[in-house]
Amino acid sequence: MSLVAPGHPLLELQDLHVHYGAIHAIKGISLSVRQGEILTLIGSNGAGKSTTLRAISALVRASGGRILYRGHAIQGYRADQVVGMGIAHCPEGRGVFPAFTVRENLEVGAFLRKDREGIEADIETAFTRFPVLRQRARQPAGTLSGGEQQMLAISRALMCRPALLLLDEPSLGLAPQVVQTIFAIIREINRAGTTILLVEQNAHMALQVAHQACVLDVGTVVASGPAADLARSDEVKKAYLGGH
Amino acid sequence: MTDLLQTLLNGLAVGSLYALIALGYTMVYGILQFINFAHGDVFMIGAWSAYAVAAALGFTLAGGDPPGWAAVAVLLSSMGICAVLGFFIERFAYRPLRSAPRLNVLITAIGVSLLLQNTGQLRPVFGTQPQSMPALLPDTTLFQVAGVRVGLVDVTVVLLAVAMMVGLQWLVFRTRFGSAMRAVSHDHRIAALMGIRVDTVISFTFVVGSALAAAAGFLFAMKYSGLKQPADATWVLLGLKAFVAAVVGGIGNLQGAMLGGLLIGMVEMLGAAYLSPHLRDLYVFVLLIGVLLFRPTGIMGSTSVEKV
Ligand SMILES: Nc1ncnc2c1ncn2[C@@H]1O[C@H](COP(=O)(O)OP(=O)(O)OP(=O)(O)O)[C@@H](O)[C@H]1O
Ligand SMILES: [Mg+2]
Repeated sequence: MSLVAPGHPLLELQDLHVHYGAIHAIKGISLSVRQGEILTLIGSNGAGKSTTLRAISALVRASGGRILYRGHAIQGYRADQVVGMGIAHCPEGRGVFPAFTVRENLEVGAFLRKDREGIEADIETAFTRFPVLRQRARQPAGTLSGGEQQMLAISRALMCRPALLLLDEPSLGLAPQVVQTIFAIIREINRAGTTILLVEQNAHMALQVAHQACVLDVGTVVASGPAADLARSDEVKKAYLGGH
Repeated sequence: MTDLLQTLLNGLAVGSLYALIALGYTMVYGILQFINFAHGDVFMIGAWSAYAVAAALGFTLAGGDPPGWAAVAVLLSSMGICAVLGFFIERFAYRPLRSAPRLNVLITAIGVSLLLQNTGQLRPVFGTQPQSMPALLPDTTLFQVAGVRVGLVDVTVVLLAVAMMVGLQWLVFRTRFGSAMRAVSHDHRIAALMGIRVDTVISFTFVVGSALAAAAGFLFAMKYSGLKQPADATWVLLGLKAFVAAVVGGIGNLQGAMLGGLLIGMVEMLGAAYLSPHLRDLYVFVLLIGVLLFRPTGIMGSTSVEKV
């Protein structure tokens, strides 16, 4: 697959549709995530944010439209193949393996890699980024707090060295202090070169870290543009930022 | 004293067989959360394949002492046959129902079970007559303890079963593929997001479980030699007791299956020796009810975090 220059689309959704049986959850979404950027997808409960990410990572099948990654259509591939292409998905609700230790969770995140030394180096990076994970390295992940599990889930998703990271509500249910940490890390991961598609309920924070934003409402895009513009838009303020 | 030792030895041998079969039930449950009721029949096919392979190689009851490699060849062939069988059962009977309601899968498993039993009875397969397995291992006495004769066959049964259980533990808890199995057993989708090919892991689980059942079938044929016809109820009962072993140990838990197998074997043999030999199946099910009353998730069910 060809390399994508900064500023060019790494991922494009063209008129994406997803059905859950008779439920038409995504009704023709088009958006484009550019190389090196953070695009945030905001919207209320049930808008279809998680479904969009699941369609990209092939956990659900798109019923129409195209998903282009580096210019190639990727629908029809299995989820494990999509990971192999460099797309990591950190799912809603974290999904750490509770019986695995913290370290084993990180190792299984690198399942497709063979470079022992590189994997060790990346585990070390995760431990440096989140020192609490180093302290808990031998502890079953099920015993971690919600915030610690989120840190682990993000670190685990990075273990496959993705070009594109799909993050589903990383701030959900976390104390404000921890939310700050998580968002700072998201920015740092992006600066280090990973393109990010960030799904968030916390629109206020999301619009601060993101370059671009898309507002989703019952399966369609109702607003999109530079994050700073959307943060100033009256409609977005009223609907998603509590009028502040 | 001699009686008790002999009984414990018998319990250990039969318990090892139950444990080997129970592992297959528990592995499949761990990964797909359903009871593969055809697993007991795979054990039956394993025992019968051992007989058929031995016969095809020219080893018969009348044929004199077979060479040393005979047992190994028969064991490996039987495991290979059942591994392939397990692969096809999953691929064609269960995979199409991956997202169907549990009940549909369960009914399908019963269908597969009947299919295996009745296909086994066909004349070109194993036929409708009981057979006697030729002794592939010499009937030598290795040692005697307090008047109890410990023969090569008993030792082989126990050692081989233990070796396979240790091997499985190593596979599941010490290898990359084992991590994949444990990841899939927790959540198929999240495992897929790690880059794990879930279908391959599921296929492999059936292959390994079926090969272990075949090993149990081979060992059963070595120890008891009399093979009832494929659709005979004794096979169903053996499979059922192994299933009970998996439940007693805590379904989904590997160590539980091994512990449950040994426990069931011991209880059955002790009951048969000291209470009444006619009620040996009863003790097993009484034990099941007893354990489930006090620990509904089985002995190792909820306390252990490591599940497959
Ligand atoms: N497995 C499913 N089966 C049927 N309907 C589903 C399924 N998953 C999601 N839906 C429906 O699809 C729609 C979009 O759901 P989705 O989870 O994508 O929303 P979301 O934007 O992520 O919401 P939230 O902010 O609450 O996480 C909802 O109406 C939901 O009820
Ligand atoms: Mg969601």
